[in-house]
Amino acid sequence: MNTPSLEIKELAFAYPDGNQALYGVNLSVQQGERVALLGPNGAGKTTLVMHMNGIHPTSHGSIHVAGQLVDSKNKESIKEIRAKVGIVFQDPDDQLFMPTVGEDVAFGPYNMGKRGADLDSIVDDALNLVGMLEFKDRPPHHLSFGQRRRVAVATVLAMKPEILVLDEPSSNLDPASRRELADILRSLDITMVMVTHDLPYAYELCARSVILKGGVIVADGSTHEILTNSALLAANRLELPVGFSIK
Amino acid sequence: MHSLPSHLKIIAALAFILIVVSTPVTQWPAFIAYFIWLLTVVLIAKIPVSLLLKRSLIEIPFVFFAILMPFFGSGEKVQVGPFDLYREGLIAGSGIVVKGTLGVMTAIILSTSTTAREILRGLERLKLPMLMVQIASFMLRYVNVVNDEMERMKVARESRGFEATGIKHWKVLATAAGALFIRSYERGERVHLSMLSRGYEGVLPQEHQYKINGSTWLAAMVYPLVAALIFVAQLLIGKM
Repeated sequence: MNTPSLEIKELAFAYPDGNQALYGVNLSVQQGERVALLGPNGAGKTTLVMHMNGIHPTSHGSIHVAGQLVDSKNKESIKEIRAKVGIVFQDPDDQLFMPTVGEDVAFGPYNMGKRGADLDSIVDDALNLVGMLEFKDRPPHHLSFGQRRRVAVATVLAMKPEILVLDEPSSNLDPASRRELADILRSLDITMVMVTHDLPYAYELCARSVILKGGVIVADGSTHEILTNSALLAANRLELPVGFSIK
Repeated sequence: MHSLPSHLKIIAALAFILIVVSTPVTQWPAFIAYFIWLLTVVLIAKIPVSLLLKRSLIEIPFVFFAILMPFFGSGEKVQVGPFDLYREGLIAGSGIVVKGTLGVMTAIILSTSTTAREILRGLERLKLPMLMVQIASFMLRYVNVVNDEMERMKVARESRGFEATGIKHWKVLATAAGALFIRSYERGERVHLSMLSRGYEGVLPQEHQYKINGSTWLAAMVYPLVAALIFVAQLLIGKM
């Protein structure tokens, strides 16, 4: 078997104020898999994501990304990890901080040492993947929310990550933008972890789902199985939209 | 003119202002010449004069006291129309108004012919400390975001029947300002997190330095050079 893209073992974490967010999370994601990370608000989803690239230091347990240990004390290795784990944040305004779309997409690869024509072609390729190449010289605040979300995905794709982590990718999108983003995400040949409350979106994009509740993984299986288990969903404050049913 | 490298334009504007400021205000023909030259540049740059005048209004609070100066002071008095004005104050006041107006109009020419982003790039090329350029460029990026947030908070207040009419509503406004500050601060933290996630290590991507040939330099420097000629001319005339 290949090395998994993401391997989390017994990860536990408490905030400095003593509030424990994770109580021993185990999760393994294989290369090319798309996994939905479901769970109610306050389940620790964002905390878990922040561990994946060493923003939160691992205090207990371990995380490996493509076989490499996430160790926030090792400056060189953390730099490689952050290139391997691409996080798309929920609010694109937090992610797009440079004056133009092109410069923002260039930010990550620049930090990885890319320059000149090499950098230009990476930026163009990434913007092309999300269909935003024509907006390269525009400032982000002139774009619609859906366009900004797509550019946010491009900023991360430009780093050629091993694994793409999306925090609530469908939030605040109108139906057409939501579908367009789904098409883009489906077209990418990359390992993906998608944090979401949007169960139909998870069903559409991810074959596998895990439920995080109270700082532990309480369910791990095929999305179809999980979403058809109404007792499991109810126990974890998850609900399918009214009128939506899975056969 | 719009396409000149921004850092040259910044240098040219600064040089022009320095020359204007160092001309003694008593040499008033020189100032008329400066004004004519400035208006010529405005016309060449195809900046609408109405826009120039409208933006110049920003100067008013700054020259307000200069206008008052001739009314207060001591020493020799001169009769100007219906007013009995102090000579010293008149000279100092008119100096501030005239030089201030030339300075402001130069800044307006710079800002209308250059995007804010380009001015920042220019400052970066002029080796302004990176930290200052970064702060200014983040301000530029987020001023709209924060403004929208402020607008939404205002709409939310008004939707619940609030209307700021007097001092008794300052408490509400102060609370809103506080909330806006906290929100912006938190956003700052989230932006920083997202920067770290993409490998930020304290340096923003910098453009490659590019070579500028003599004719570009010359084109950019025509603006202060003509002013310098006027300056030299008034010196010579003054000596005669």
